[in-house]
Amino acid sequence: MIRWLVGLIGWSLLATQVLAADPVMIGVGYLGLAGTRSTLSLVEQPAENDGVAGARLAIEDNNTTGKFLNQRFTLEERRIREGEDVVQAATELAEKNGFIIADLPADALLKVSDALRERGTLLFNAGAIDERLREADCRANVIHTAPTRAMLADALGQYLVWKKWSRWLLVVGSHDEDKLFADALRRTATRFGAKIVQDKTFEDKGGARRTDSGVTLIQRQMPVFTQGAPAYDVLVAADESEVFGAYLPYRTWDPRPVAGSAGLVPRSWDASQDQWGAIQMQNRFVKLNSRRMTPLDMQAWTAVRMIGEATSRTNSGDVKKVTDFIKGPDFSVAAFKGTKLTLRDWNLQLRQPILLVDGRMVVSVSPQEGFLHQVSELDTLGYDRPESKCKLK
Amino acid sequence: MSSSCRHNDAALPPPPAGEGWGEGVSTRESPQAERALSRIASFDAIRPPPQAGEVKIARGQISHMLSAALLMALATAAAPAHAFIAYVSNEKSNTVSVIDTDSWTVTKTIKVGQRPRGIDFTRDGKFVMVAVGDDDTIQMIDAKTQAVVDSLPSGPDPELFAQDAAGKTLYVANENDNTVTVIDLEKRARLGDIQVGVEPEGMTISPDGKTLINTSETTNMAHFIDTNSRQIVANVLVDARPRFAEFKHDASEVWVSSEIGGTVSIIDPGKHEVIGKVNFEIPGLRKEAIQPVGIGMTKDDKTAFVALGPANRIAVVDVATRKVTKYLLVGQRVWHMAFTPDEKYLLTTNGVSNDVSVIDVAAQKVIKTIQVGELPWGITIAP
Repeated sequence: MIRWLVGLIGWSLLATQVLAADPVMIGVGYLGLAGTRSTLSLVEQPAENDGVAGARLAIEDNNTTGKFLNQRFTLEERRIREGEDVVQAATELAEKNGFIIADLPADALLKVSDALRERGTLLFNAGAIDERLREADCRANVIHTAPTRAMLADALGQYLVWKKWSRWLLVVGSHDEDKLFADALRRTATRFGAKIVQDKTFEDKGGARRTDSGVTLIQRQMPVFTQGAPAYDVLVAADESEVFGAYLPYRTWDPRPVAGSAGLVPRSWDASQDQWGAIQMQNRFVKLNSRRMTPLDMQAWTAVRMIGEATSRTNSGDVKKVTDFIKGPDFSVAAFKGTKLTLRDWNLQLRQPILLVDGRMVVSVSPQEGFLHQVSELDTLGYDRPESKCKLK
Repeated sequence: MSSSCRHNDAALPPPPAGEGWGEGVSTRESPQAERALSRIASFDAIRPPPQAGEVKIARGQISHMLSAALLMALATAAAPAHAFIAYVSNEKSNTVSVIDTDSWTVTKTIKVGQRPRGIDFTRDGKFVMVAVGDDDTIQMIDAKTQAVVDSLPSGPDPELFAQDAAGKTLYVANENDNTVTVIDLEKRARLGDIQVGVEPEGMTISPDGKTLINTSETTNMAHFIDTNSRQIVANVLVDARPRFAEFKHDASEVWVSSEIGGTVSIIDPGKHEVIGKVNFEIPGLRKEAIQPVGIGMTKDDKTAFVALGPANRIAVVDVATRKVTKYLLVGQRVWHMAFTPDEKYLLTTNGVSNDVSVIDVAAQKVIKTIQVGELPWGITIAP
């Protein structure tokens, strides 16, 4: 009797295997740096799985769809420690994965993209917001789901102008990326008719972000720093390095709102975004990762979903076929932002609405009403085709 | 400043109240101007609506003449011939508005659970079922007392549901956990779950009751489910974010609207293949604003109405040619619709402008606007 049962089970196992053809396997790699950056606000401190957690959710979403199409997605994560060779790590990752989601600084990303070009691996830049990766240094094998500094600055600028807060006090940090963001903000002001009444620098003299003495000193420093400014409507801070921005709200000499790197911040995503069906995805994310979803999580989620969208539309896991479809005119992806997201074919940047958030709520979503464009209103954010210096190769 | 991008000062309206709640997308197409138009349309209602008979005689359709004559005869026989009761779920205010289609006024506002969306009458007309997503249940409103009397054991975050022809079994799309819940309506008990794609939403059942169609928003598929075995028998890929499915009454086609894709896919339910698409184009409106959601089809399967969301319009589609013949301007962010049983009127829910538009089906004209609760979403009319 037992032998008979075992035989039956064995036979049925065999039968299932024969009936279901092997699924098409689609390997996705995730390449990022080890360690996390330090922020002024403890609640904004990124988790160690920032970014990859979004990719993981998208892999689950793709697999739910994949089970109807006999496609199976896998995720392989690789973190680069200091001193490790990023190109070697990327090459190893590319052996099993035709697609790589990268959260890397611009230079490292360029090295990786050049090293993997021959192999045909498709890279998704989920982390770097540098303009040059979409302009002079653009690459034909890199798709950008992260917005650019100019897109973020324009999204904020449109709202400030719409609000008629057109006199800006610009405060810029002393690090390179702060200056790049400030450049983007100055360009925005010129485009949309805002006036920068004063351009101030906040020197980073070093020091700890957290001290036992707490806010006492900051409360004295910030009013003095912003004292004597010409009449302005809003203080716009460029502090990507997290040195002073978050200290400004409620502490300016004149009672003025703060925007930019603190106060009202432009972001691709926010944990409080619940419009356009986003609540279901936010719930899925919290269930899977036991924390809330960040912009980097969303940028990685979108990248993996773009792969899933293309594999289901082409009914194929072939990297070349999928890449061609993503770059083609019929591609679009839904990402809970109220409109379909498409690629700018001249530099492979994903068009997307940008949220303006205050840390608790979504205050507005840009592009704002009245900013018009003959192709897509989303192209009022960032550099447009006629201005682009990108030549894809 | 870029050559191709300009800032149009004149088009800056004040911030629209209640913009951007729920799944709604607010329009960017000068809402004030459109509202003004819509209001003008509603003034038409002061005059009597055009006589259905007149319009139809002009078209020379004998059968329609007869039915129109019959309707008119009925209208003279009993004064409130078209006195139907419509129930509208208000997603934001957690209420259901009751509309009398004789006076076109809200006669009662019923407090329900949180985030009411999908709404439908039971087949016997005794209860109104309303999915209250944030309370993870479906509430039953007694149509006589117009009060919530019971609830059904759905899965988490129910949104839309469909019932079989006999009104015995209810199928509920639960957006939060990728399942369809099967409920015995008589016993009000849960019979089981069916695993489907990511974010199930649209639900419809074939006229013979044998096939259930569920659409999943992130998987972008219409799942064909055998109601006997409760197994998926086919999956049909459609355009992005499919939200609503509707069978033709003769069961020859299923129409599925894709909100982000901006199309309606027409599926052959026998072959499980997309056999055609309805495309929409409105001069002066950017393509992204066209987001098809609700679909209504006349009983003769000749005309379909498609709600286009933030395009603030209902498209009138000739079912045979699959071409849009007319766009009707309604309120802002139009979601769903329901016909009066005599098919004289079509009522649409307009999410952002918090009202219901009344369309004269024969004249294909908006004749009235009725203010309801905040962010109206679903609508059903007593059989």
